[in-house]
Amino acid sequence: MSSIALTTPLTDEVIDGLKPGDHVTFSGVIYTARDAAHKRLIELVKRGDELPVDLRGQVIYYVGPTPPRPGAVIGSAGPTTAMRLDPYTEPMLELGVKGVIGKGGRGPAVRAAFAKNHAVYCIAVGGTGALLNRHIKKAEVVAFEDLGTEAIRRLEVEGFPAIVVNDCRGGDLLEEGKRQYRTSERPIPAVQSLGG
Amino acid sequence: MPVREIDAATITDTIARLAVEATHYLPEDVEGAIRAAKTTERSPLAVQIIDEILENAEIARTRMLPLCQDTGSAVVHVELGQDVHIAGGFLADAINEGIRRGYAEGFLRKSIADRPFSARTNTQDNTPGIIHTEIVPGDKVHLYFMPKGGGCENMSRYQNFLPGMGKKAIVDFVCETVDMSGGNPCPPLVIGVGVGGTAEKAMTMAKHTLFRQIGSRHPDEEVAALEDELLEAVNALGVGPQAVGGSTTALDVFVETHPTHITALPVAVNIQCHSARTKQATI
Repeated sequence: MSSIALTTPLTDEVIDGLKPGDHVTFSGVIYTARDAAHKRLIELVKRGDELPVDLRGQVIYYVGPTPPRPGAVIGSAGPTTAMRLDPYTEPMLELGVKGVIGKGGRGPAVRAAFAKNHAVYCIAVGGTGALLNRHIKKAEVVAFEDLGTEAIRRLEVEGFPAIVVNDCRGGDLLEEGKRQYRTSERPIPAVQSLGG
Repeated sequence: MPVREIDAATITDTIARLAVEATHYLPEDVEGAIRAAKTTERSPLAVQIIDEILENAEIARTRMLPLCQDTGSAVVHVELGQDVHIAGGFLADAINEGIRRGYAEGFLRKSIADRPFSARTNTQDNTPGIIHTEIVPGDKVHLYFMPKGGGCENMSRYQNFLPGMGKKAIVDFVCETVDMSGGNPCPPLVIGVGVGGTAEKAMTMAKHTLFRQIGSRHPDEEVAALEDELLEAVNALGVGPQAVGGSTTALDVFVETHPTHITALPVAVNIQCHSARTKQATI
């Protein structure tokens, strides 16, 4: 399967060219953030304080890595469930974030927010933290060090593999894919979320 | 019957070893099932994902990197022979010390938060483990270890149905659970189903089935047939690997049953991700 090579930060033109189901690779800088870091970033915005990272054009990766072995750049580093970050996603996109990497689907409001803010949601393959580790060349904590695995890290990545799920036109790979490969007579449930 | 003494330190050493091995080496039956799925999967994108999962297993074992960054809650099932005496310490302390050591020495992620509805302070050593102990005949200790990830555990579900609703209620409930979970539990899945007993019994059975070998069938023919039916029904949903769409949603479905109250039909679903990490040892 051929891949589209992306370099960060993402431009509007590049985002225009992406559609659900595209296999892509990221090279350049991406930033990590999970639940606790998102909560703090949004609190800073609410208070009108300066953010520790300029998020314009950037890609956020939802990951909490294992501790590195001595001398290693980072430990196992695969994506976490994106749906938990749904409540924080629209404000992050409004701050200029152009791409997000996680796993699993997003709620309808968040899908719409990607379209409205001309951004994309991608998944990396959940449970492949060892493979993804090989694509991370440098890692440094840039904010909220006290959060440990949940601190914000600046990662330098090369050929980091992912798949486009939500594009800037409101498309959704998971919905399309399920319909395409479903042989069951069962109706697709209206609610596509168990939360958590 | 003489009592056999087992040193608490032996329990600790064994748990520490199981924690490191389980998080780095994908069980052969799981890897075999994923490899087999590659030949039947209809979606090219899903095949690409399966290839990445297989490559991940290879990198994890050769470079000693955890298969997944979520090295889980440490779930330990103990079958304790009634002719065994644990000497030199309390069993649960010995197990928790093993978890502490395994997660430190293996460079595993510590993911346990204390005060769950308020401070959520990380306990820093992944303890306490989730320990289930059963007293069994004999003079051995059998330890089952499962580093259980949050993504799949959070998709667990329980419901009690009307007693007369039978098999259909179970198949509908399992399918609905998998459909609604989407990519969150990291399909292709291994699905544990507990039917009967009480609420906690059903969920404990569902969890314990996840220690079974992929491809094995329940010794009771009726239950085995239900396992086959569930596997087929789930794979017809089209969820696919990582929910991108495909014919491989589950690698297997396991069912355990227990007699239940005349008013009840408890059904519990406990889902395992494709990184179906378990390891066992007998002392």
